[in-house]
Amino acid sequence: MWVKKDLLGLDDLTKEEIEFILATAESFKEVSSRSIKKVPALRGKTVVNLFYEPSTRTRVSFEVAAKRLSADVINISTETSSVRKGETLIDTGRNIQALNTDIIVIRHNCSGAALMLARHVDICVVNAGDGWHEHPTQALLDIFTLKEKFGKIDGLKVSIVGDIAHSRVARSNIWGLTKLGAKVTVCAPEMLIPVGIEQMNVRVTNDINDALKDADAVNVLRMQFERDAGGAFPKQLEYFKNFGITKERLKNAKKDIMIMHPGPLNRGVEIASDVADGDNSVILEQVTNGIAVRMAVLFLVAQARDKNSN
Amino acid sequence: MKILIKNGLVVDPANGISGEILDILVQGTKISRVAKNIKTGAEKVIDASGKIVMPGLVDMHVHLREPGREDKETVESGTTAAIKGGVTSLLAMPNTNPAIDSAGNVRLLKNIINKTAEANVFICAAITRGRLGKEITDIAKLKKEGVIAISEDGSSVDCEALMLDALQKAREEKILVISHCEDKTLSNNGMINLGFVSTRLGLRGISRESEYKRVDRDISLAEKIKSPLHIAHLSCKESVEIIAKAKKRGIKVSCETAPHYFVLSEEDLLGYDTNLKINPPLRGKGDISAIKKGLKDGTIDVIASDHAPHTENEKDVEFDHAEFGTIGLETELAVAITELVKKGFLDWQGLVEKMSLNPAKILGINRGTLGTGAEADIIVVDPDKEWVVTKENLVSKSRNSAFLDRRLNGVVCYTLCSGEAVYPP
Repeated sequence: MWVKKDLLGLDDLTKEEIEFILATAESFKEVSSRSIKKVPALRGKTVVNLFYEPSTRTRVSFEVAAKRLSADVINISTETSSVRKGETLIDTGRNIQALNTDIIVIRHNCSGAALMLARHVDICVVNAGDGWHEHPTQALLDIFTLKEKFGKIDGLKVSIVGDIAHSRVARSNIWGLTKLGAKVTVCAPEMLIPVGIEQMNVRVTNDINDALKDADAVNVLRMQFERDAGGAFPKQLEYFKNFGITKERLKNAKKDIMIMHPGPLNRGVEIASDVADGDNSVILEQVTNGIAVRMAVLFLVAQARDKNSN
Repeated sequence: MKILIKNGLVVDPANGISGEILDILVQGTKISRVAKNIKTGAEKVIDASGKIVMPGLVDMHVHLREPGREDKETVESGTTAAIKGGVTSLLAMPNTNPAIDSAGNVRLLKNIINKTAEANVFICAAITRGRLGKEITDIAKLKKEGVIAISEDGSSVDCEALMLDALQKAREEKILVISHCEDKTLSNNGMINLGFVSTRLGLRGISRESEYKRVDRDISLAEKIKSPLHIAHLSCKESVEIIAKAKKRGIKVSCETAPHYFVLSEEDLLGYDTNLKINPPLRGKGDISAIKKGLKDGTIDVIASDHAPHTENEKDVEFDHAEFGTIGLETELAVAITELVKKGFLDWQGLVEKMSLNPAKILGINRGTLGTGAEADIIVVDPDKEWVVTKENLVSKSRNSAFLDRRLNGVVCYTLCSGEAVYPP
């Protein structure tokens, strides 16, 4: 059962809630393979994509998901909105609500922004990534993809490699995967491992070969060089040399290790091209599954709000 | 005017009185007698039976925001909040606009105080001009204008030579130096304590080192030239330990903490409440214990509020963009009663020492006592009365309290400031 009007993160969800979203996504996946890719589940509802950070993949994915549910979609990017004129997030949210819209999908560069918005509006809020905090739909689609291939999450060994410190994808994946019983390893240079991460029930290693050795899947994160203010990041080539996922390194891994990446790819930085395009890669399947997962999320939050208001 | 306070449980550690039932007679601005059963005609008689009678609180860390940010607080609104919270004397921090860094600006502030203050306001000036960390203020001139302490509060003096020079000059002028200990290269634009909670919330962390390494530096500077030093708003265990050791070595260092550091921890930040965004940040459970222990064993001399008012517009924003600080004048006594006295960490004597007598001594002001002839700054407190902190019952111009919705014990029934019954209004 799902009763929440918002999806803000996986930290505050139960195992059952996560499983419910995944099950709902499964039933929505088939819609995208029809010749008429549309169901009327959100007909008459309006979804607003409110993006404070540049994003193509996530925004388009939410837009496609909403349209396949027959919702109307409005995209607001802050480069062209009143935010440039100094409007606060709370005011922007209330104005969007005053248009009698139903769901705000928010991407924001500040951690906690989605929660703050959700506290100040009655309509649904879906977090499409807030700062370094959470990116729940990305983690849900990663988990969905894993579950599709392996049949279950319990007992799976998943390694997350890359800039863990600044990654909302890593945090959401860790919460979701560990709640469903996966064994998670995080791997990064020491300075990109955040303090106390082991308290999230993950194993920490700085050795890429160690991270790959027994893994059923590896989720390769993009190095967010644009966040490197203090020069703490390794140089691109140096990173590839020490942490890049290459065919050579995968020789010591399980033969059918699943290669995942939330995109956008930096070929030759965190992942070699032949690995990204290779047989073990599910990177494009992730994108496809993202639609089903986001359809499920939009549908569930809208339904929960309708029920609450009745 | 004569005011007689009858039958209160008097707590006055300066005179070794701890909870005896006594009467206090106030004549003019002074206390004229403290004795059992005073029989005299007084214009006003306050029945204090069942109540605690103690010297008015001396809060040595308050941001009144005037001049410059009168939208956050003014001398008038801040001192109105003070007397409601039992604070009769406070030290106003200099990070206003303009900063209190010259004789002229001190006169400007004194003028405002004379016209509008409801409590005694003492002035702390900046250590460097414009608080820019480049050039030391004219400490001798500031002293002549009545400044009793200097501090760069809000930031630290990064340049060691400059800080040493300031300590030296302050010693010559017999003026207290108060150090805000923060190495900004280490606190690294952080938002909350560096630890699992900052990782979980995805917020940039402020390391403990950024505080305690600067505590360590400033103590060694003070030691070098044998000058007194006061460390502001201690938040972490290591700082307490460093000060304990320094005191053992005989260094003249004193320090304060604020109520939020012995009650709230980083875990309270899990809902991104911007009222809990404070600098130095709320730390861990272990730090709370260390701060309480430090208060109990005397390492920490003073409880001060670090009253830091900010408007709702400055707090109702993304966590990254919210200002640092919580107000505290109206809650500090009740929080200390509820969390320290009621839970056995301090007795009433200890409480009065930390919140009145010790800060008065450290600042060298003639307060914190109920002795005959003392300035009549007195509060009458109902120690048990319960209340809940709400935005509606705060009188400060800003409502950014870290203790909103908290149930507390202890209400100020009367505040006398220089012999005048100023609260309730």
